[in-house]
Amino acid sequence: MTNLTHMTIRAALDGLKKKEFTASELVDAHIAASEAARHLNCYITETFDLARDAAKESDARYAKGEALPLDGIPIAMKDLFCTEGVQTTAASKILKGFIPPYESTVSGNMKRDGLISLGKANLDEFAMGSSNTTSAYGHVLNPWKREGDDRDLVPGGSSGGSAAAVAARIAMGATGTDTGGSIRQPAAFCGITGIKPTYGRCSRFGIVAFASSLDQAGPFARTVEDCALLLESMAGYDPKDSTSVNLPVPRYADAIGGSVKGLKVGVPKEYRVEGTNPEILALWDKGAQMLKDAGAEIVEVSLPYTKYALQTYYVIAPAECSSNLARYDGVRFGQRAEGDNLIDTYEKTRAEGFGQEVKRRILIGTYVLSAGYYDAYYNQARRVRKLIWQDFMNAYQQCDVLLTPTAPTPAFAIGENQQDPVTMYLNDVFTIPASMAGVPGLSLPVGLSGDGLPLGLQLLGRPFEEETVFKVAHALEQAAHFTALPQTLQRKAA
Amino acid sequence: MSIDKDTVGKIARLARIRVTEEDKEKLSAELTNILTMIEELNAVDTTGVEPMTSVVQVKMHQRDDVVTDGGIPDKILANAPEKAAGFFVVPKVVE
Repeated sequence: MTNLTHMTIRAALDGLKKKEFTASELVDAHIAASEAARHLNCYITETFDLARDAAKESDARYAKGEALPLDGIPIAMKDLFCTEGVQTTAASKILKGFIPPYESTVSGNMKRDGLISLGKANLDEFAMGSSNTTSAYGHVLNPWKREGDDRDLVPGGSSGGSAAAVAARIAMGATGTDTGGSIRQPAAFCGITGIKPTYGRCSRFGIVAFASSLDQAGPFARTVEDCALLLESMAGYDPKDSTSVNLPVPRYADAIGGSVKGLKVGVPKEYRVEGTNPEILALWDKGAQMLKDAGAEIVEVSLPYTKYALQTYYVIAPAECSSNLARYDGVRFGQRAEGDNLIDTYEKTRAEGFGQEVKRRILIGTYVLSAGYYDAYYNQARRVRKLIWQDFMNAYQQCDVLLTPTAPTPAFAIGENQQDPVTMYLNDVFTIPASMAGVPGLSLPVGLSGDGLPLGLQLLGRPFEEETVFKVAHALEQAAHFTALPQTLQRKAA
Repeated sequence: MSIDKDTVGKIARLARIRVTEEDKEKLSAELTNILTMIEELNAVDTTGVEPMTSVVQVKMHQRDDVVTDGGIPDKILANAPEKAAGFFVVPKVVE
């Protein structure tokens, strides 16, 4: 039954409807695969018993012909979504043992549609990172390895556990969140597809907050169509999130297969960044050619403020995080350290509970918001953000989507590329601008590097035009015909 | 511009995070490194540009002023490190 772990969600739904297999068989196959892949450390908390129970309920509905839209499909749930009754840690020590008494809107939507969570997926602590090496619960390993090299590679981050689970075929899909690239970059590093929808598309209620003006939930899957199916489930207006936009959710999967004839694909010249792996630049050109062959028109565009996006992000995101993480004080939930008085308790609790990267970001955020610096740093960054947003709106007068690389390198080895924080931040140079502008962005695998690692390309669309993004992504997916499997899976097959 | 050890100490106090002398040394270097990167924004002419608060252009929706929640003290206290008689318990605040 190992082919049950190598299907698309679309194919699995067909198989379940036709009674070729049951939801229990599908879920059991993925539980077995998850157990065999524990060395990847994809899950902080496994919820296999709950999954088996949910599978039985799913089978009962299939038997009665009352199946929910995505009934019985097993997924991984990033451990940033509050799940009622199930530990939610945000990969931090400070939330060890925290059991939310409520469900996030997005995970609730997915339960409503019959999706089954196998466990809470590992991530960089509080979603801060691009490698999943800052989790208090251990690193996540990428199921891909370089040809002839046994070193462990990072899956990317922050949603490393989610991406690795889908790539390793231990889950059919997964949820992630993307603040500066945390869905798109791990999707590229793990050879899968992921989308960060328009800001406001998915509710942030119940998602452990990092940067409130940037955070957005989104799906991972192994095909563009599967991502579309998952996004339709996740998205929707939520009155409990004041930044949630009241627009109907389209049937995203209907956009799959549409023609890209006459569509304009913009190639932004400022994304040709020094230090980008030349294989990725070559793939970018190849991707543009593939879309041209499919009937699209390639247009060179300019987004002049792109080179300031990283700096803008590293003012705004830490500023917002310093505010959002003030709630972790050891009083109402989470871990508490013993202190002589209240302030002592706060200071010790937070010093012991937060990891180094989180502390750095809180401190930089506190600094840029402090009296005397607020206007020079924080307000200046917000003004530059406006200019970055304007760049996108201007570009979209000349094209319908933008095509760019997703990451400047393929997945790197644990320890490589991580000498200092700023070097790590450069991983997000292609993904951050879209986050600043709030526009939707999707990454899909288009080719392999010389040493056998997946390389992704990114498509960015107009606000709330996820359908166009899916349409173009599908056309590129068809042309690229990426069928490579992670080496660790190939070895198993052998 | 650099963030010296004293400044690290001040910021850490504001952020309620205990830092040792050794921490301050390391953080001073790391935060200065980040700040140097951020300061590249000073080169951008932003005259006449409004600071962006949100990418989403919606008028803040207000709900009806009715009680729709509450009466769940056990759930609220469930994750408290220390609780008593329906209250969160903390170290003494007032001497």
